[in-house]
Amino acid sequence: MSRTKIGFNTKRQTLWGWILISPLCLGLTLWVAFPMGLSLYTSMTTWDMLSKAEFVGFQNYIKIFTEDELFLKSIKNTLYFTFLSVPLQMVVALCGALLLNSQVKGKGVFRTIFYLPSLIPLVVSSVMWLWLFNHQYGLINYFLNILGADRIQWIDSKEMVIPSLTIMNVWNIGNVIIIFLAGLQGIPNDLLEAVDIDGGRYYHKFRYVILPLLSPIILYNMIVNMIKCLQLFVEPYIMTNGGPVNSSLSFVLHIYNNAFKYGKMGLANAMAWILFILTMLISLIIFKTSNQWTFYEGDK
Amino acid sequence: MRKRRTGTTVCIYTFLVLGAISCLIPLFWLVRSSFMSTEDMFKLPLILFPKKLKVQNYIDVFTMVPFAQFYANTIFVVVVNIIGALISNLMIAYGLTRIEFKGRKLMFSLSIGTLMLPAYVQLIPLFLEWNWFGKINTFLPLTVPAFFGNAFFIFMLCQFLRTIPRDFDEAAFMDGASYPLIIAKIIFPLAKPAMAVVAIFQFMFTWNDFMGPLLFLNDMEKYTLAIGIRTFISTFYTPWGVLMAAATLTILPLIVLFFIAQRYFISGLTLGGIKG
Repeated sequence: MSRTKIGFNTKRQTLWGWILISPLCLGLTLWVAFPMGLSLYTSMTTWDMLSKAEFVGFQNYIKIFTEDELFLKSIKNTLYFTFLSVPLQMVVALCGALLLNSQVKGKGVFRTIFYLPSLIPLVVSSVMWLWLFNHQYGLINYFLNILGADRIQWIDSKEMVIPSLTIMNVWNIGNVIIIFLAGLQGIPNDLLEAVDIDGGRYYHKFRYVILPLLSPIILYNMIVNMIKCLQLFVEPYIMTNGGPVNSSLSFVLHIYNNAFKYGKMGLANAMAWILFILTMLISLIIFKTSNQWTFYEGDK
Repeated sequence: MRKRRTGTTVCIYTFLVLGAISCLIPLFWLVRSSFMSTEDMFKLPLILFPKKLKVQNYIDVFTMVPFAQFYANTIFVVVVNIIGALISNLMIAYGLTRIEFKGRKLMFSLSIGTLMLPAYVQLIPLFLEWNWFGKINTFLPLTVPAFFGNAFFIFMLCQFLRTIPRDFDEAAFMDGASYPLIIAKIIFPLAKPAMAVVAIFQFMFTWNDFMGPLLFLNDMEKYTLAIGIRTFISTFYTPWGVLMAAATLTILPLIVLFFIAQRYFISGLTLGGIKG
């Protein structure tokens, strides 16, 4: 890289550089490093926001794994939701993007409509779906009724509550569709034409051109959405409050309850660290296994 | 051959229309319910299209809770956040891409690294910090951090600034302009499309933020819309029509903004998404 000619001398340049990025340095200290440190310390105390904190070392962490019955349940619920949602989201978004990428009239209108749900704030979509899922007066059961099927107890039953939240989650997949669509539009036409010349069908185009070229974008979206799903909170908080019988108690909701309902700040912070490690671990596993299925141009 | 092609086209349109319907129906149901009285909503068989639109719910929204106040609070927080995001991110991105100095690559990587941190993991620590500052139940925790840059925007603006030729700044520098002047007079006008993306996404993030206001605000007079909606839901009695009206009013500005500035939404998504 060539040296820039801007600036009279490097000293002044360095000074200005640091001045301009000083908000970033301050921000990283104030909003990342310091709170994380504070949280790590709190996670090793018995602080309940009222009495004085007592240092207990790793006792909170041990307690979570041995005494907290809801901890495993909430982790299980969250993982169930994540592993149900993420693959479904990827498949639906990819199908949506492939449809939008075909030569059809009114593409712009469909693109707008597909994106619309991802504009909706989670609180609003939670309230809206709460009403749609209503057993007696909800629209979904109304349709089921018309089709001759039985009404389903969506968010009111232990078995259906997580699948219901998944349906909701797949509904606002518009932003992923748009990202996939941009990726599809970046695929060079000559590669697709080459498949045509070789007598290949659409399946071959998809399997040998589109999927490999799109795989880095799929990986990116998978990780972003997985991190989002692992942090499931607003939907169960608004719609079910973790019920019925804790079957939609997500991990973040459990942390929230411990911190702000029961005032167990020490325990809650320890849980937040466990969530952090869990997220990193799953990201790492996806990354590590990804070189087997992602393809980067320029790779040999 | 020809026949199959029409078949495929019909198939594609069918799926597109089905997809579009499933995207729109929940929203239709929301708006439909917001114009109905509670008795009509709880009538079987369901009334799909109310014969008369009742606006009573929209009046009740403002009388049952200080909803206008929620609106004002949200707009205030959003505006401050946008101002903070516009200033800080452009400054930082300029410093990271156009001035060469030791440590800038490290700072760039550190900033990108924070993108990997799950946001909710940071929230309890942030709560502890603001509690320690004694600033819970003020707007400060919801506004001040915007002035310190956001990794997503920094990354996006860095990508954008790399497409602007350096000759512009160099010429200005020769004429004796300082860095702040170059940023304000040369870079900012050139970066307007990217700045629009920053403003719009900041608007969305802040408008939709739920966990932040939930943790940091206690008094109802300070609520933003996102947590204001929650006040209608109760275990004993939920006024569904009013709740739907409140939800509709919350998303209305977002939808209007989206239709005005649609291309910025799309370009923001692809800028942040593809190059990652």
